Amino acid sequence: MSDYDSTDLKPGNGKSLQVEAIKDGVVIDHIPATQGVKIIKSLNLFASKVRIAVGFNLPSKMMGLKDLIKIEHRQFNEQEVNRLAIFAPNATINVIADYKVVQKTKMSLPSSIHGLFICPNSNCISHNEPVTSSFHLSERQGQTILQCHYCEKSFKLDIFAEI
Amino acid sequence: MDNKTNNALYQQHIISISDMSREMLEFIIMTIEKIKRQKICSLLSGKIIGSCFFEPSTRTKLSFEVAVRKLGGTTIGFDNGVNTSLKKGETLADSIKIISSYTDALIIRHPKEGAARLAAQFSSVPVINGGDGANQHPTQTLLDLFTIYECHGRLDNLTVALAGDLKYGRTVHSLVQALSLFNTQFIFISPEELAMPEYLLSLLDQRNICYEQVYSIESILHETDILYMTRIQKERFDETEYKYIAARYILDKAMLTKAKPSLRVLHPLPRVDEIAPDVDETPFACYFQQAENGVYARMSLLALVLNKIV
Ligand SMILES: [Zn+2]
Repeated sequence: MSDYDSTDLKPGNGKSLQVEAIKDGVVIDHIPATQGVKIIKSLNLFASKVRIAVGFNLPSKMMGLKDLIKIEHRQFNEQEVNRLAIFAPNATINVIADYKVVQKTKMSLPSSIHGLFICPNSNCISHNEPVTSSFHLSERQGQTILQCHYCEKSFKLDIFAEI
Repeated sequence: MDNKTNNALYQQHIISISDMSREMLEFIIMTIEKIKRQKICSLLSGKIIGSCFFEPSTRTKLSFEVAVRKLGGTTIGFDNGVNTSLKKGETLADSIKIISSYTDALIIRHPKEGAARLAAQFSSVPVINGGDGANQHPTQTLLDLFTIYECHGRLDNLTVALAGDLKYGRTVHSLVQALSLFNTQFIFISPEELAMPEYLLSLLDQRNICYEQVYSIESILHETDILYMTRIQKERFDETEYKYIAARYILDKAMLTKAKPSLRVLHPLPRVDEIAPDVDETPFACYFQQAENGVYARMSLLALVLNKIV
């Protein structure tokens, strides 16, 4: 069994708060609390019939509270990893094979994302034209800012939460 | 600066001031200065420029068309999107593919933000943004920068005051973006409801640019090099409120007795009553010269995107 959650998941009283281990698949760790649900929605994880184990508001030494998602028999492509990174720029993706971590990837905020969100500016040209939406990403005072490639308007990530 | 080499704008699109470095802006300003001195040349001889006005803008259209003619080129196009394929539901992408196949460069004016950037993606020839919704109007910004340069012989270390509607005015937003590359000291004069947007203030903070926000024009005239006036639109307030607020952002000749002698007053025009006509006769007034410079700025950009050497 790997150590991807062994320290962070056990609160000080020693009583284990384990999210069930998986044999093969991925574990997304160090997701900021509250972002786990958004990731599940954004990656459409419920649509597949694979087994998903989640932990929300788990105690974390590093983060205070964190979310954790384990998905069986699943790998992520680059597009999906970018989506993940937007919600959880400091998360870790652990690839699990036979209960062991075989690959560990630390996220970083991508410089741009395409086709993921619709531009919130209703007067933006991108809505009715044959183009995919495109945003440049940056971080300002700890907030992820998305700037539309077309209309140049900037938005905080929260605005996109319900889309 | 030597304009004969490294024309980085050749066959490029002119979409947004935010794409331009300080060096690029300086290069364009030097070109405008040169073109203004020459007055007439044939840098667009044999070229056809598509003038695509998806919304009417008489002033910008005239200025561009004069610019094309002075360079020996011709324009084709339309000035009201409603009468064209737009009404039939054609995408902008398709319109641009077709028109660009007929022309050597395109000028586009469109009511939606991002239209010029999108047009550039589908055009086979350089696109020049003549205004996209509330977003950008780079030729206006370049003519403003050139006029400031012409008035003071430099762009660095000037105190620039912007007055009026600083919230919705795309002209002032782009100008602030551009001038922040030149160590400008800003004074923002507006009612609280029409203050400079937060994202621009944080851009200035990032670039270590000083600015102050004040509520009256008179108090800053003694320390200001450029006063850039804009109109406060009636629609933003109810009628009595408007009269009361707008009255505080009017410039007249009497106020200018306290001004720094080298102060120059600019305005993107048209003005309504925010600059009293008696200011026109003072040496401070530069807004008509600024409007004239619009032609030279547009000539320069057209010349640069269609000639390796200008
Ligand atoms: Zn947009």
